[in-house]
Amino acid sequence: MKRAFSIFSVITAVLLVYGLYQALVGAPTERTMGDVQRIFYYHVPSAWTAFCLFLTNLVASIIYLIRKSAWADALAVAAAEVGVVFCTIVLITGPIWARPVWGIWWTWDVRLTTTLVLWLIYVSYLVLRRFSDTAQTPILAAVLAIFGALDVPLVYFSIWFFRTQHPQPVMGRGGSLDPRMLHAFLINLLAFSCFGAMVCWARFRLEQLKRDVDQAHAMESLAGASEPAKASLPLSRSSR
Amino acid sequence: MNALAFLFAAYIATWVIHAFYLGTLVRRFSKLRQQMKELGKGK
Repeated sequence: MKRAFSIFSVITAVLLVYGLYQALVGAPTERTMGDVQRIFYYHVPSAWTAFCLFLTNLVASIIYLIRKSAWADALAVAAAEVGVVFCTIVLITGPIWARPVWGIWWTWDVRLTTTLVLWLIYVSYLVLRRFSDTAQTPILAAVLAIFGALDVPLVYFSIWFFRTQHPQPVMGRGGSLDPRMLHAFLINLLAFSCFGAMVCWARFRLEQLKRDVDQAHAMESLAGASEPAKASLPLSRSSR
Repeated sequence: MNALAFLFAAYIATWVIHAFYLGTLVRRFSKLRQQMKELGKGK
């Protein structure tokens, strides 16, 4: 597993470097916006990765509610946290792109507002996980995750259903991209998806390790000072 | 600010956030590994 993670990390790093090269050098400069349009190659893949991670959180939360699997709960926490990181990047790179193009940093447009609401929902999910430690916390968090995920299609389809300042999709529905721009975009989409999966994988392992340590601490407390604590440690995971 | 400044600001912000988050993950991993070791020594 460790070897697979290392190989995956190397592939992801190569893709990210190639994606950066394509975004800054390979892709042609857009005619109306100029070089600032190159933010697109980071902004959209970050949004896509955040959506995928929130979807993973939703699926893991549903599995947890049905089967009460500890791994599903750990995966839900991992996906939500990494998703918030990518969503933060979307909310930062968006205004940096908007300022030279629209002349403003922010507007209370449907797409922007629903994205901010999505971020706030998942931040509240993480706050709940961080500061509440009762037996009901994973269930409450899973329910909150399901409500939070309802905002994802609203964010995605808002530009079609509402009048908005945010640009329409450049692919499909009549939009088109220069082939070199499309290449740079797809490479970055793949690179960011792999990077998101890699970080989520690491965060998932961290969550499992944390739960092992918490369990070992609890067993040690129960056993008392004279009892061995090491016996309660799951040795199969101690090498991670 | 010209277009390039905004472009580099966006790219730098992206990688600073990722580096910061990866740093927190590494710190949390080493802290937990240390705790595992201490629990092991407690035998």
